[in-house]
Amino acid sequence: MKHFDFDVLVIGAGHAGTEAAAAAARMGVRTGLVTFNKTDIGVMSCNPAIGGLGKGHLVREIDALDGVMSRVADKAGIQFRLLNRRKGPAVQGPRAQADRKIYAREMQIEISGYENLAVIEGEVVDFIQQNNVICGCKIADGSEISSKTVILTSGTFLRGKIHVGDVSKSGGRMGAKPSVALAKRIDSFGLPLGRLKTGTPPRLDGRTIAWDKLEMQPGDDDPVMFSFLSNEPTARQISCGITHTSEKTHDVIRQNLDRSAMYGGHIDGVGPRYCPSIEDKVVRFADKSSHQVFLEPEGLDDHTVYPNGISTSLPEDVQETYVRSIFGLEDVTILQPGYAIEYDFVDPRSLDRGLAVRGLKGLFLAGQINGTTGYEEAAAQGMVAGLNAAAQVLGNEPVRFERTDSYIGVMIDDLTTRGVTEPYRMFTSRAEFRLSLRADNADQRLTPMGRDLGCVGDARFESFSAKMEDIASGRDVLQSVKVPNETASSFGLKINNKGAKRTAYELLTFKDMEPESLANEYEEIAVIPSDTLRQIKIEATYANYLERQKNDVALLEKDRAVRIPEGFSYDGLSSLSNELRLKLNNIRPENIAQAGRIEGMTPAALTLIIAKIRQSARKSANG
Amino acid sequence: MDTIFAVSTAPGKAGVAVIRISGELAFATAEQLSGVLPELRYAALRKIRDGSGRVLDEGLIICFPEAGSFTGEKTVELQLHGSVSVVKAVLAELSGMNGLRHAEAGEFTKRAMLNGRLDLTQVEALSDLIEAETEAQRQQALKLLDGAFSEKLAALRATFIRAAALLEASIDFADEEVPEDVSDEVRDLLNSAKQELEKELAGLRVSERIREGFEIAIIGPPNAGKSSFLNYLAGRDAAIISSVAGTTRDVIEVRMDVGGIPVTLLDTAGLRDTDDEVESIGIERAIQRANSADIRVYMSENGLADFDGLRPGDFQLRSKVDEKPKANEISALTGAGIHEFLDKLQASLEVKVAQSSLANRERHAIALESGKAHILTALDLLEDGQDSYDLCSEEIRMAVRCLERLLGFVDVEHLLDEIFSSFCVGK
Repeated sequence: MKHFDFDVLVIGAGHAGTEAAAAAARMGVRTGLVTFNKTDIGVMSCNPAIGGLGKGHLVREIDALDGVMSRVADKAGIQFRLLNRRKGPAVQGPRAQADRKIYAREMQIEISGYENLAVIEGEVVDFIQQNNVICGCKIADGSEISSKTVILTSGTFLRGKIHVGDVSKSGGRMGAKPSVALAKRIDSFGLPLGRLKTGTPPRLDGRTIAWDKLEMQPGDDDPVMFSFLSNEPTARQISCGITHTSEKTHDVIRQNLDRSAMYGGHIDGVGPRYCPSIEDKVVRFADKSSHQVFLEPEGLDDHTVYPNGISTSLPEDVQETYVRSIFGLEDVTILQPGYAIEYDFVDPRSLDRGLAVRGLKGLFLAGQINGTTGYEEAAAQGMVAGLNAAAQVLGNEPVRFERTDSYIGVMIDDLTTRGVTEPYRMFTSRAEFRLSLRADNADQRLTPMGRDLGCVGDARFESFSAKMEDIASGRDVLQSVKVPNETASSFGLKINNKGAKRTAYELLTFKDMEPESLANEYEEIAVIPSDTLRQIKIEATYANYLERQKNDVALLEKDRAVRIPEGFSYDGLSSLSNELRLKLNNIRPENIAQAGRIEGMTPAALTLIIAKIRQSARKSANG
Repeated sequence: MDTIFAVSTAPGKAGVAVIRISGELAFATAEQLSGVLPELRYAALRKIRDGSGRVLDEGLIICFPEAGSFTGEKTVELQLHGSVSVVKAVLAELSGMNGLRHAEAGEFTKRAMLNGRLDLTQVEALSDLIEAETEAQRQQALKLLDGAFSEKLAALRATFIRAAALLEASIDFADEEVPEDVSDEVRDLLNSAKQELEKELAGLRVSERIREGFEIAIIGPPNAGKSSFLNYLAGRDAAIISSVAGTTRDVIEVRMDVGGIPVTLLDTAGLRDTDDEVESIGIERAIQRANSADIRVYMSENGLADFDGLRPGDFQLRSKVDEKPKANEISALTGAGIHEFLDKLQASLEVKVAQSSLANRERHAIALESGKAHILTALDLLEDGQDSYDLCSEEIRMAVRCLERLLGFVDVEHLLDEIFSSFCVGK
């Protein structure tokens, strides 16, 4: 019998697992990573892309905490595009097509680079449990691994069921075994479970696509990277193809709807509204005669192509007919049919804000098992669980991300407070403090915190500190240069000539004030590095709004400061509705701000809780 | 939470007095007092007894379930004979019971709000209704209590959210098949919301007046008979009248009901040039109040006005016409012409009342004004096109927050304290 003894043991080496293990390892604790197979590390099981709107923000935040996803994605990136380039910087999201093989290879290199991180191959069949404490896991070969904390990142493997048309079989993703035994164990914890579904498109053979007929979409001329430490892409850059479904495609799908797993009644799980299958699109948007399809190469030396926009659970023969009705795909060969997958998830409201399971000691959950979708959402949760598991082992304060400091905080709060009704994906509109939570300032928001926690290395911190010095001195210069009103007018700004002179920094708050024009006019501004100048321009763009948001943040912080004691009893509050009481008992908010975001919460009920907390505080102060 | 009780009718002798009991123990308490309870929401005649079985009174008893009571808790109403001693005896009996206590000021209403039975604007309306003295006030308060204002705000909020959602879709689904340029639709939505806001704001001053009374300033040269006129209207000697010019040095207010509309009559110092320091302060104040009043009544013995602050809708009266007064002539001595004047005043007030909005408080005005300011900025930003969608959306969010504050979604604690502190027991 093998014997290991870890501080943090991570089960599963997908995007949540790798980020969790790497985070724990950076915190300096003895970390183990168990996976079916070492080659599973860093596998992209769905589309070959990282980032996007909201998601790109998460990747930047992971990077700010010295995480791995951002750097690996930069190395694997074969087409970089900054989404919403024309809209304000707050809503721009970096995105990249990734080469699957490079991604997995680079992730494996990253993971093997941590001295205190051991990778173990094996199928986890059970936890080791002593009373209410999880202290390791059992492997199928009979060996046991003991650990002070365990992070489970089992993705869609919990009672996973794959559907291709009316044929279904058990499985986590194509070719992988589902974890039935583990699911039973989790049942015994009595956690509330739900069922979700997600779909994939058929994979195409790129050699059979008529590329020369298709519209091609290249990457950006000036690629925007994920990591604050990366400068430029290292892999060769490619273009993606764009095509469209036709009336004929839609006819084929309509005629075969009864054979679709989704529409034939084989699937009970709830799918995401924002990532509909092609069946969904044809039914729900019946008036549209065509839908866009992106043809995304899965790698530089891989002829597999991922047709983004036509995920399906129709039978194989129907898939072939409808795919071949699409322009440019008339002679295409399907390498692997599209499929839908159903899986169990744990209601994340049974977790605390460090993703630890409440009521059990030592168990954390991260990734798709918590009802989310997407690599980035998974990795960000991995980061949270990894940091918190390590903090627990080290006896440190729990690590908390807030809605006011990060998208990570927004996601964790949404999950643990509101739960999920469909696979949870990040959007910029979920962040009420979106104007201050930008991709461009993720490092300013989180790197100092990460440094304090101990998960940010010297190299990153030095580069960050240097950048901050540049910005500070650049800002000083801009604030010291006084621009006469005539000069300002010459920049095309509408300015009252009689008003007082403005500083160059004040002028930057005008939308149309390009920093380059200032640099052309003033020598001292010309010497400020252009990156620094850009960053200050973004800051200035939002300066007025950030000032206002400060008040909202202060209000929220005030509510956050009203902590609800652990074990606080809602039963004594007779005028709470039963529904709310049930929710409060399940979610167990940590403070009033969190309680306020519970669905259906009324200001009245909040007041009641506040009053009760004060009352108990008075009593204990007097007693 | 304690079960609370209080007399809900006015104190003193009356035909009927109502005692309200609200809370978890309400039904048990009523059972103890009166025996078998009637079916929920049905009235029944019962003998009310104290702990020793002695009959305190005989009255109607009605039980309301949580879902159908004012407070949202189990509630019992005892309709007793309106005798001071009966009420006192029953209250004493209730006080002696375990888990029961006398309600604090506004506590029933507070519980109604805590239990989601009323929102903030409705709580305000309830307090208006209780304070209502005139028909116009009653109608206004009832409309608000019915949730008309909340509904209007909710509709506005839905429009804002729809506009923001269009922007958000174009932001968050930029790489998918959503329209990139949604400016036109957003602009239409914001413009229609802006108009609604402006309409509310325009009527707000009038609504405030309905709540607080329209101010009618009586002005004119000294000794024109302004105070006599006021006294005749008020039916009592509210202002000191003497024939020495310049007697009224401060502003004297008298509240009246003119055809269901509340008014406050202001008697002011006579206007003239004077070296008397005190009098000149009074004159200055008179001019100030006259300018801020809703209607000015200029009164003089020759019927000619010597005041440049008169506006359309104001009145010009010739006073001291004791015999056969014509139009706009009155006599405070005989009362001649005054009835005609009041009719005209009422007609003029009714025109104003017709323009009233649902919003009727300073708090409403502030929130609606700042909501409007955000919408105006959002409309400006929309002209930049997609470049400023993020900022435009932020402005709309802020506008939404202004409306939510009105309904009491945020900053609740402060508001609650403020609002409930103005309530008295039993409401």
